[in-house]
Amino acid sequence: MESLTNRKKVVSDKPMTFMEELYLPAIFHGMKVTFKHMLQKRKTIKYPEETRVFAPVYRGMHVLKRDEKGRENCTACGLCAVACPAEAITMIAGERKKGEENLYREEKYAEMYEINMLRCIFCGLCEEACPKEAIFLTDRIVPTEFERGDFIYGKDKLVESIEFPIDITKRQHTGKRTEK
Amino acid sequence: MDTGLLIEKSVLVLIIFLISLGIAAYQTYFERKLAAWIQDRVGPDRAGPFGILQPIADGVKMFLKEDFIPKDADKWLFIIGPGIAMFTSLITSAIIPWGTDLELFGRTITLQVADFDIGILYLFAVLSISVYGIMIGGWASNNKYSLYGAIRASSQMISYELAMGISAITIIMLSGSLSLTDIVNKQHGMNWNIFYQPVCFIVFFICSMAETNRAPFDLPECENELIGGYHTEYSSMKLGLYLFSEYTAMFISSAIMAILFLGGYNFPGMDSDFFKDHNNLLAITSIIVFFSKIFLFIFIFMWIRWTIPRFRFDQLMHLGWKVLIPVAMVNLLITGIVIAIKEGWFNELM
Repeated sequence: MESLTNRKKVVSDKPMTFMEELYLPAIFHGMKVTFKHMLQKRKTIKYPEETRVFAPVYRGMHVLKRDEKGRENCTACGLCAVACPAEAITMIAGERKKGEENLYREEKYAEMYEINMLRCIFCGLCEEACPKEAIFLTDRIVPTEFERGDFIYGKDKLVESIEFPIDITKRQHTGKRTEK
Repeated sequence: MDTGLLIEKSVLVLIIFLISLGIAAYQTYFERKLAAWIQDRVGPDRAGPFGILQPIADGVKMFLKEDFIPKDADKWLFIIGPGIAMFTSLITSAIIPWGTDLELFGRTITLQVADFDIGILYLFAVLSISVYGIMIGGWASNNKYSLYGAIRASSQMISYELAMGISAITIIMLSGSLSLTDIVNKQHGMNWNIFYQPVCFIVFFICSMAETNRAPFDLPECENELIGGYHTEYSSMKLGLYLFSEYTAMFISSAIMAILFLGGYNFPGMDSDFFKDHNNLLAITSIIVFFSKIFLFIFIFMWIRWTIPRFRFDQLMHLGWKVLIPVAMVNLLITGIVIAIKEGWFNELM
């Protein structure tokens, strides 16, 4: 059979030679190996100061996008909640009133939208299910908290701010609407 | 009694005590750093610059932990166990000559707390009782794993002390004295014992690794078999003292090896004219040289620990009884014959 790696070694149980029985040469060889590692570059990434570069398709913390006029895309259709295998998403729909056209894109919007980050498995099915390009997973990491309740993210944490929009152009499921 | 002498010795004892504790504390830091480097990691780097305040943070943590004594433990022995371990690893430093004589305030100060003429015997006596700390701790815990650890420690000590003693006798034969000062002075300049007795050095080195319970001989505290061995039931500063005494023992046995084999505070060029005029400078240089030899040994100790996996117990016994003791004995015999020929004891026979 063809071997899968080039590191294949034939194992044998032949009796040890005198040099091998001395055991000391093997120890010195091992010490040589560890000494080389001592001088090598450290592979640690010191997290809070340095962050690992994520792939653009990394599935991290969610964002609820606004459109180009700053209106929320989400229409509270509930498809993301249905798609979610971990049942992490809850929402309450509301009707847009007169004068709120600059806030919500369509007549229906999410009054309350919550994702339980402890339940979420970051599979990205919500992103795939969303017909309105409202929810995306980003390359941001969900920070640690001390209380379980703090992991239930409401709209205050999920909706992107108008001043600092979150770039999702590199993601896989974007651009359906702009193609039209 | 000479008051000056009393003050001088007290100050020396205090300094040595503080240095031993300080070095033991920073050994923990350095051990973690070295382990990290060998494993391509960074190691502790949060407490202070490069993490140099880590030992202090660890110490504070140890003190703040709950001091727990098991219900069925022998309370008295449980408390004095770590004390004995710490005590025995500290008192060895009394006989170590730290450097050449220092001249201060018109007095000649010997940098040695006590110059016994039987220094090596004292050393081995203390080494033998150092197992009592572990033994008592393991026994008093009333826990079978602790007891196993303690039994392993004592059988290991007994096995390796023999080979260690025999190799020490070889050095005594070379120097013709039991006093550590004489042994050091015999190796004046570059005349170190390691060049005459490399086999003896290797045997002694392996044995002192086993005596200090360092990996690969750390079977008494083998985590995966004995859940921590003799200090399973210990917590808080009692555990801290056990760990500390191990590091102090490592420091002291590095010092002993430096004395017996690397010529203690001797260094090449100590007879030059410059040092003849500057006596104190010579003393300070010799102290620095001695400590760098100690640090070299400590480094090798740690380097070996993070290289070699732990022995199995039968392998340990095999190595101790069937390899090291015969090697040490043959070495002793050859050394004896060579010395006898050199001294001309065989002249009449031949």
